[in-house]
Amino acid sequence: MKPFEYLEHTADVKFQAHGRSLEEAFENAALAMLAAMVDPSTVRLEKTWPVEIEAESLESLLYEWLSEVLYLFEVELAVFSKFEVALERCEVGWRLSGRIGGERVDPKRHFFETEVKAVTLHQFEIKKEEGEEGGEEIWTAQVVLDV
Amino acid sequence: MLNKVDDYVFEVPMGHQKGMRVPGRIFISEKLLEQVEPGTIDQVANVATLPGIVNYSMAMPDAHLGYGFPIGGVAAFREDGGVISPGGVGFDINCGVRMLRTDLVAKDVTPMISNLVEDLFHDVPSGVGAKGRLRVSEHELDEAFTRGAAWAVEAGFGVPADLEHCEENGQLAGAKTEHVSLKARKRGRPQLGTLGSGNHFLEIQRVDKIFDEELAKKFGLFEGQVTVMIHCGSRGAGHQICTDHLQVLSKAVRKYGIELPDKQLACAPLGTPEADNYFGAMAAAANYAWANRQIISHWTREVFERYFADAKLDLVYDVAHNVAKIEEHSVDGSKERLYVHRKGATRAFGPGRPEIPDAYRDVGQPVIIPGSMGTPSYVLCGSEGAMRLTFGSACHGAGRIMSRTQAKKTYAGTEVKDSLTRRGIKVMATHPKMLAEEAPEVYKPSDEVVDVVHNLDIARKVARVVPLGVSKG
Repeated sequence: MKPFEYLEHTADVKFQAHGRSLEEAFENAALAMLAAMVDPSTVRLEKTWPVEIEAESLESLLYEWLSEVLYLFEVELAVFSKFEVALERCEVGWRLSGRIGGERVDPKRHFFETEVKAVTLHQFEIKKEEGEEGGEEIWTAQVVLDV
Repeated sequence: MLNKVDDYVFEVPMGHQKGMRVPGRIFISEKLLEQVEPGTIDQVANVATLPGIVNYSMAMPDAHLGYGFPIGGVAAFREDGGVISPGGVGFDINCGVRMLRTDLVAKDVTPMISNLVEDLFHDVPSGVGAKGRLRVSEHELDEAFTRGAAWAVEAGFGVPADLEHCEENGQLAGAKTEHVSLKARKRGRPQLGTLGSGNHFLEIQRVDKIFDEELAKKFGLFEGQVTVMIHCGSRGAGHQICTDHLQVLSKAVRKYGIELPDKQLACAPLGTPEADNYFGAMAAAANYAWANRQIISHWTREVFERYFADAKLDLVYDVAHNVAKIEEHSVDGSKERLYVHRKGATRAFGPGRPEIPDAYRDVGQPVIIPGSMGTPSYVLCGSEGAMRLTFGSACHGAGRIMSRTQAKKTYAGTEVKDSLTRRGIKVMATHPKMLAEEAPEVYKPSDEVVDVVHNLDIARKVARVVPLGVSKG
């Protein structure tokens, strides 16, 4: 299982992120979004940002999670390379508790290839594929980013 | 399959997609149509399923794959029974372009081009996450959201004549800051007066060809003249406003029982609180973008004055190419108020419209079509065909034909820079990597796109301008 892969899209960035659990798919989706902008191997883990989100549906939760990561990138002027997510059911629907690891942008070490403007809902989906007999199930999140 | 209706007019028939309420119309040449992906045509059909759509779901000759609406998409909705959708505006609300004309000619400016571009690159912050030189207060931010370029001019960035030469006078009515989230404010405050990145640019240009002497004179343009073009939008504030309201409108879709073929087309019936609130927040973002381009214009003038003491940089015009607006159009012989969505399309009003400044009203509005980096840009003049065919709309640029991933595989940023330098174009960017995905070759040839709108009398060709120097994020 690859953590994520980019698919062809003429004007924007489209990716599929995979995980053996929903949590892992959420984490890899955030990583795919960040990696579209900057090489994650250049990011040092110097600081952690906590994230708490509640949403009515899983799709809505993923959309808000990725939008929150983008928001933090911009207002904190920080880049990230480590995402840890815990998901649980709650009264509203779903709750995400996350920790994002990274550091402040250093223009000497972080070179941006593109700027992600936003997460779109175009072709947005989360699906579970049952593995072959006895194989593990794989969660896939498909996202198109506006760049 | 598409049906050819006329030269440059192709119809997406009703059967293309379940639930279409009107057919689609793509205004394009056969040659350009060959480069349009099937997905783009599907997106034109998807828009045609939205409630209250009038006449056709349209696409301009620069149409390419987007999200929700295609890029180059135009659709109008009637006030009674129609909808408003952020999918028809995009995240970069009021991304747009303005052109300033100087009284200088290329041979005066060329020896100074490196200094000018370096100073512009330094004085107008750009790049991913760039913070501005400005430190605006919360009150000033409110003013920018509410009054756009009018606030910027009052605050000392520009002259009153600038406002007259902006679409909507740089101030879209109906902005509601109470529907702009704290997050949008936090992103917007440090970024006012920044160019951004991607395809946004600040370019010094030379008028290289005049197609229509009379119209060129009207717009104050002549061959050899130096012009400046600013292409940018509402930055993080606009992106966040769209993100926030897309969530609200997704819920509205369920609440009002609207069936959608694409979740990005989330919308709400006009007259509902969800629709009103989105319109108010979108207008605030549009005003932020006009304030942004106004501030950048002021700094551009300061740079020119450093090298040319008497330099006069007058605004030719400022157009929005990602916006939804209330406009009056003729439908089946009677005047109707419509919500016109333009997503990667430029307003191109023909002669006589009251929205056009006095100086241009008898000929039509200037339509400014930015090229991609290193390729020509065009100035057109809105015409009768636009009023008849496209709710007063024209193309907005060249249109991508190669994905960013493919562009990065094919071109190296440094090569792109070298090739522009060899052609005498001075380029400054935060990092050469950023240049690869904007290589000139990844776009359709802009002359073919412009010829289509000219031949349909949507907008007439006035002048072509070529780059002398570019500052990019």
